[in-house]
Amino acid sequence: MGEIPILRIADCLLVSIQVDMHDQLALALQDDLTRRIVEDRARGVLIDISALDLVDSFIGRMLNNIAAMSRVLDAVTVVVGMRPEVAITLVELGLALTGVRTALNVDKGLALIRGAIDANQRPDARRKI
Amino acid sequence: MVETQSVALALIGKHNDSLLADWIGLQQQVETRGVDPARRTQMVEYSRQFLHELRRSAEAGQSDDITGPDWAPMRELLDSVSQARATQGYSAGATATFVFSLKEPLFELLRRELGRNPDQLAEQTWNATRLLDRLGLYTVEAYQTTREAIIGRQQQELLELSTPVVELWEGILALPLIGTLDSARTQIVMESLLQRIVTSGAEIAIIDITGVPTVDTLVAQHLIKTVSAARLMGADCILSGIRPQIAQTIVHLGLELNVVSKATMADALGLALRRTGKAIVDRSRPAEQGS
Amino acid sequence: MPVEKSENMPVRSSDDVVRARQAVRKHAIAAGFSLVEQTKIVTAASEIARNTVDHGGGGTLRIEVLREGPRRGVRLTFVDQGPGIADISQALADGYTSAGGMGLGLGGARRLSNEFEITSTPGRGTVVTLGRWI
Repeated sequence: MGEIPILRIADCLLVSIQVDMHDQLALALQDDLTRRIVEDRARGVLIDISALDLVDSFIGRMLNNIAAMSRVLDAVTVVVGMRPEVAITLVELGLALTGVRTALNVDKGLALIRGAIDANQRPDARRKI
Repeated sequence: MVETQSVALALIGKHNDSLLADWIGLQQQVETRGVDPARRTQMVEYSRQFLHELRRSAEAGQSDDITGPDWAPMRELLDSVSQARATQGYSAGATATFVFSLKEPLFELLRRELGRNPDQLAEQTWNATRLLDRLGLYTVEAYQTTREAIIGRQQQELLELSTPVVELWEGILALPLIGTLDSARTQIVMESLLQRIVTSGAEIAIIDITGVPTVDTLVAQHLIKTVSAARLMGADCILSGIRPQIAQTIVHLGLELNVVSKATMADALGLALRRTGKAIVDRSRPAEQGS
Repeated sequence: MPVEKSENMPVRSSDDVVRARQAVRKHAIAAGFSLVEQTKIVTAASEIARNTVDHGGGGTLRIEVLREGPRRGVRLTFVDQGPGIADISQALADGYTSAGGMGLGLGGARRLSNEFEITSTPGRGTVVTLGRWI
């Protein structure tokens, strides 16, 4: 069990990263989230990083991994609240967040997830591979 | 060097008042900025404190290494002098003159008192000049630091005044860039745009470069980085006002802008409004023309 | 540039990596770095610290705050006695596609620094020095 709490709102999982994470904690979060997506049949994962003053390549890879795993499990991942200085540094670092959608805050993030889920569920929506 | 220092120090202590008076008189002579009672009082006070600290620090310390802890009060005094002078608009030279102008009355004093012993006079003069040189140089450096800080602040204010980020509509920001962009300025401007995105919660930022005559590689790269950073944060950018020459430069430099561009800010605003789910309705048209 | 202040610390565990980040942050703030500059050097430190732990078998970090008149900087020196890097230019050039590779950290840290130097001898160890000025 990791130390980062995972909350459930309807069919979404909400994670708020508040601490200066060391690597083991990040890996534990990855595992916990994947497990919970299956257990709770979650369709969306919202990761709030507004409290993070740093995102390095390890945490970046963690976010990419979470997005990749949730996509396999038919869930949408949205990262919200990235701070400007963190965004500038990530761009400079050269790390691309692939398969991760972003929003300014939790509200907009949930709306984004809602929109993506509904789009997928429409009868005329194309099936994703 | 306590032994030899103390001769000069003792003399300064013995003749403190007259030395101070001579020094203040000399400073007033070279003062080109007119007589200002408040400044004169300040200068007198600084001079008095300087002599006091000079004796105190040299007595307490075993060396004349002015970076040591014994000289901390003196350094603080010189910091105050430099800051005051920098803020009052003095030049670096005029500020350091505060220290260097002490040499004339001091050497005069040494010559009067030690004239009969040329070796001792030479040694004391040499030690004194070395010490005052170091203190003078320290003053110049402290002055530089203050000036840099003042200039930095002024630049910041100028920047904020000349590149305001405007909220065109709820959720839509615009950054009209004007004038030549250099790397440093672009960086600052972009950072403030990103900050504004957070505080306003705007999901779209229109970066307008109509008023920018040329764009070089560095500036283009900053623009690209800003757009990428905004995306990571959850906002999108629209570039507007790219003139034909700039478009050519960008293609010529082989840069991938990877951002939606519109010819004018008006077009960009139209797009932004549509993206945020707004529609503009012409109320003068009769109702059956459209819903 | 004269060293105004310095601090040494071990980098042997992932807790040390977190401590290293915090120490670098503290010194960068004291040196007057802006928020963006702080973030860049702390992120670079995080990358190299991690490499030191994961690939270098643990090592040490020396943080130096430098000052020459109005110019200030922070210099970080990471030393380990690990297996070393056989092909440095390859490690630096590695794209962000190599999972678990060291290249991600090295190249990225270099991009975030004004000064970057790496010496490595296979079987003997690695020294990475990076610095940022304002």
